[in-house]
Amino acid sequence: MAAPGYWRGVALVAAVFLAILLFVPAWFDLFEVLQMTQYVVLALYALSLAYIWGFGGIVSFGQAGFFGLGGYAFAVLSINMGDTTVPFLLTIALCFAFAAVLGYFMFYGRLSDVYLGVVTLVVALIMWKLISHTAGPEYAIGKARLGGFNGIPSIPIMRVPFTDREMDPGEMFQYFMGLLIFVYLLLHVLIRSKFGRIAISIRENEVRTGLLGYDIRRYKLLVFSIGGALGGASGAMWATYQTFIDPNAFSLEMSAKCLIWVMAGGVGTLVGPIVGVVALQYLSLKLGETAFINNLVILGIVLVLLVLLMPRGIVPTLHDWLRKGIALVRQPSRGGAP
Amino acid sequence: MTRLNKPTRRDFMRTAAAGAGAAAFSSVFPAISADADDAILVGGLHDLSGFIDFAGIPMNQIMLMAIEEINAQGGLLGREVKGVVYDPQSNMSLYSQYATQLALKDKVAVVMGGITSASRETIRPIFHRFKTLYFYNTLYEGGVCDRNEITLGTTPAQTVEQLVPHTMNLWGKKVYTIAADYNYGQITAAWVKRYVEQNGGEVLSTDFFPLDVTNFGPTISKIQEAKPDMVMSVLVGTGHLGFYNQWAAGGMKDEIPIASTTFGAAGAEIEIIAPEVANGIITSYGYYPQIDTPLNNAWVESVKKRYPDDTPFLTELSAFTWEGMMIWADAVRTAGSLDRMALIEVMESGKEYEFPSGKVTIDRKTHHAIRDVYVADLQDKQFVIKEKFSQVQPADTQTVCDLEKDPNANKHYEISLN
Amino acid sequence: MDFALIVLIELLRAVAGLVLIAAGLAIIFGMMRVINIAHGEFLMLGGYTVVLTTKLGVNLWVAILVLAPLFVGVFGIIVERCIIQFLYNRLLDSILATWGLSLLLIGAVTVVFGNTVEGVATPLGGFDIGDYKMASYTLVLIFAAALILAAIYAVLRYTRFGLIARSTMQNPGMAEALGVNSKLVYMATFGIGAALTGLAGGLLAPIAGVVPSMGVYFIGQAFITVVTGGSAIVAGTLSASTMLGTLSQSITFLSGPVFGDAALLLVALILLRLLPQGITGRIFSRSL
Repeated sequence: MAAPGYWRGVALVAAVFLAILLFVPAWFDLFEVLQMTQYVVLALYALSLAYIWGFGGIVSFGQAGFFGLGGYAFAVLSINMGDTTVPFLLTIALCFAFAAVLGYFMFYGRLSDVYLGVVTLVVALIMWKLISHTAGPEYAIGKARLGGFNGIPSIPIMRVPFTDREMDPGEMFQYFMGLLIFVYLLLHVLIRSKFGRIAISIRENEVRTGLLGYDIRRYKLLVFSIGGALGGASGAMWATYQTFIDPNAFSLEMSAKCLIWVMAGGVGTLVGPIVGVVALQYLSLKLGETAFINNLVILGIVLVLLVLLMPRGIVPTLHDWLRKGIALVRQPSRGGAP
Repeated sequence: MTRLNKPTRRDFMRTAAAGAGAAAFSSVFPAISADADDAILVGGLHDLSGFIDFAGIPMNQIMLMAIEEINAQGGLLGREVKGVVYDPQSNMSLYSQYATQLALKDKVAVVMGGITSASRETIRPIFHRFKTLYFYNTLYEGGVCDRNEITLGTTPAQTVEQLVPHTMNLWGKKVYTIAADYNYGQITAAWVKRYVEQNGGEVLSTDFFPLDVTNFGPTISKIQEAKPDMVMSVLVGTGHLGFYNQWAAGGMKDEIPIASTTFGAAGAEIEIIAPEVANGIITSYGYYPQIDTPLNNAWVESVKKRYPDDTPFLTELSAFTWEGMMIWADAVRTAGSLDRMALIEVMESGKEYEFPSGKVTIDRKTHHAIRDVYVADLQDKQFVIKEKFSQVQPADTQTVCDLEKDPNANKHYEISLN
Repeated sequence: MDFALIVLIELLRAVAGLVLIAAGLAIIFGMMRVINIAHGEFLMLGGYTVVLTTKLGVNLWVAILVLAPLFVGVFGIIVERCIIQFLYNRLLDSILATWGLSLLLIGAVTVVFGNTVEGVATPLGGFDIGDYKMASYTLVLIFAAALILAAIYAVLRYTRFGLIARSTMQNPGMAEALGVNSKLVYMATFGIGAALTGLAGGLLAPIAGVVPSMGVYFIGQAFITVVTGGSAIVAGTLSASTMLGTLSQSITFLSGPVFGDAALLLVALILLRLLPQGITGRIFSRSL
């Protein structure tokens, strides 16, 4: 992992993303832009887990807790305040704080392994239960009725920051894509910083890192909180993109999908989960257009095959193939390389 | 926005590939005419897989059947009608994607679909925003106020108003309500309370259950303690089906009778719950296949003929999907165009339609159906119709919505009775 | 007084319900560290076996007690051979693969049998406690749960297979060196876990709505019960089911099912915070 090569890869990915940002709204028609906006939002959601899992060793089974919290917080705040920029920032801060509290509860209780995952799952399920129970007029925060199972409709569309103008779909795509690129680069900077290296060493060997004198709880807490903030941000973007949020945002399915995207794309990479989101979402979208056979059958088979045939995820596997391919081509000139 | 709409390279490619694309879609429905570009497209968004597919599949079958009927009568405006069917897989993000796709990419003339209120509230604003006419054909809690939507399903005020006095006369005045813990359940339970009290009865208690509750033991004990004359069930979904088995298991079935605003609404409950458990439950809906009119008998036969092996459940959901197609087709013929506003004006003009379910009119104020409502008793998987009520108004939605005054309304009101 | 007795039976029934849905998962998770997300669908297959075979004229009790565990057990072994055997020591991959399996099974059952199959009515009728009626079948469930736990305990504690299984789980290398075919042991263990799940699904069939997606109603609770219980199969399942079941059922009686469910989750959360390895991680840590 030589540093120059590392950053070359990051720059390449960022450049591709930037090109997508610039050209998609002009080249594609409205429905495709909206569809890609969805991928961008869910990609950020997947990144929130990809970061804490791949670079902090924290496997959250309940990442939807932050996604849902972000969506609901944004909905309530923006409906009450009439603005979107400040609610968006407040939502991110709130989710960071919530993750910090939950993280304190877990890491300072020395929870680890699958038990930690289950605690996050249980927290998300409790939130799901409680928010589903809020049907009826008595459950309202300010002007926003929580609406129970049916959710909150008519959430404001994202405004251009510091103005009153609603973004059109092309602008919203560019805004969200810009955020995704920003987060992608930010996470890479973070991962390569001293903080990031220590977090990775905790993932590799918690005991040894602790013995070296680092307070592993503090590092895990910070990693987890950053993940929570990102999850919350994606939930808020989801809410404004759909102009609608319902308790499914907290559901087991939403948590599990996030795990699946990250695992399918490749744990320990940041671009992998993004590929995972796009590939699997596109697949279920295309399946819904055909009436070939029950769609769950195909989706199920794809997942099983993915685990058995590409155990490390799509991106690392493709990367390997690519490297082997290049090595094969270059072999004659290299001579007896191993 | 403008730059999004200008012709693009991809548009050109799509036109070039139109033949291939049409072939891919037509695997769902046999193409009649080779000229796909000229067809009028009708969008269908029903859950064909996932946890409420038992409701979505029949609606989709009947929609396709209605399209075939319209084509057999020569199509509309001299053009063939074609369905564009997507399966949202009970997934709200797919609902929103396909809705956008139907409105912007396929540019369909009308959309039938949405089953749960959550799915409707996901897609309704999309069709409103992109000006695509939309029919919602499922019974629901009432309160949608949107001139772009035609709502054909019954609402609680329409059915509960008939069911409560009918069953109270039979069984007595003390009612115990058990309801699903979401908007439909809460609002319907409130209407039950209102009509019970109006008829001089008393609701002893109203218990709400999250949709994933499967064990009803404690509730059954509580009901026994309260000793009501009847139980009003507003339970929803397959998780709640356990209630009926557990109720019958203790021998309660012969002690306290059950009325329901939901049992058999989508047809599946009647197939899943054994007759010895379900017999005697009294329900009220806007359609039963047992309605004994020549029109309905012929219609039921035509469905059986079209789908001899996989006959869909005939319920409000599927029957009203057929009505939706016919109302829309009639409006197209009358208006002589596909212009959305022209069609809306025809449909809200107070026309009376004769359908298998009875006489139907679209209420100008709410765009909900004024229709006949029935009360029926379930015996051995067949409903026995006990009473018919003519031309029942959607009184609940009428309290909150007036599209004549506010034609631009775009809202789902939560109707509160408190 | 009568009502108190009813409440007591209902509390036992809640505990029994958790034991039934969790036991098979506990074996698979406790002994093999594989999380079977398709567990709910194994329950569903048990339910379908009962519903379909009784329709063909098989006696209901034969269907529940013999056919459901047999069929799902065999199915479990096939799944183990085709998928799970590649995933030992890959906890997270096992989640992804069995999630896929779960979707696949829901879809496949829908395709093969349609989404509605006529269920069976609850057998045995009811009995009176004072003014109240109670389903006799409730007692069957409680009895079956107790019997299952006793049987697992007996097998692990007193039989040669139990000894071999435990040793393989603790140290597969050593067991192998002593001549144990660990592959066979894993396969058999998974099969037994699946069979117990099938039995539970069969027992639930007469009191639940048997539909392809019924698994989702049970997987969450089963999973939380198993993890809260920790690695000891019998003691863990029993202690977690007892705590979670009685607390949530009591709260259901007092304030309705919404808070009953939330209480179950909250109790699980607090227990995990206090006992990070599950109940049997610290207390009863030497039990089975």
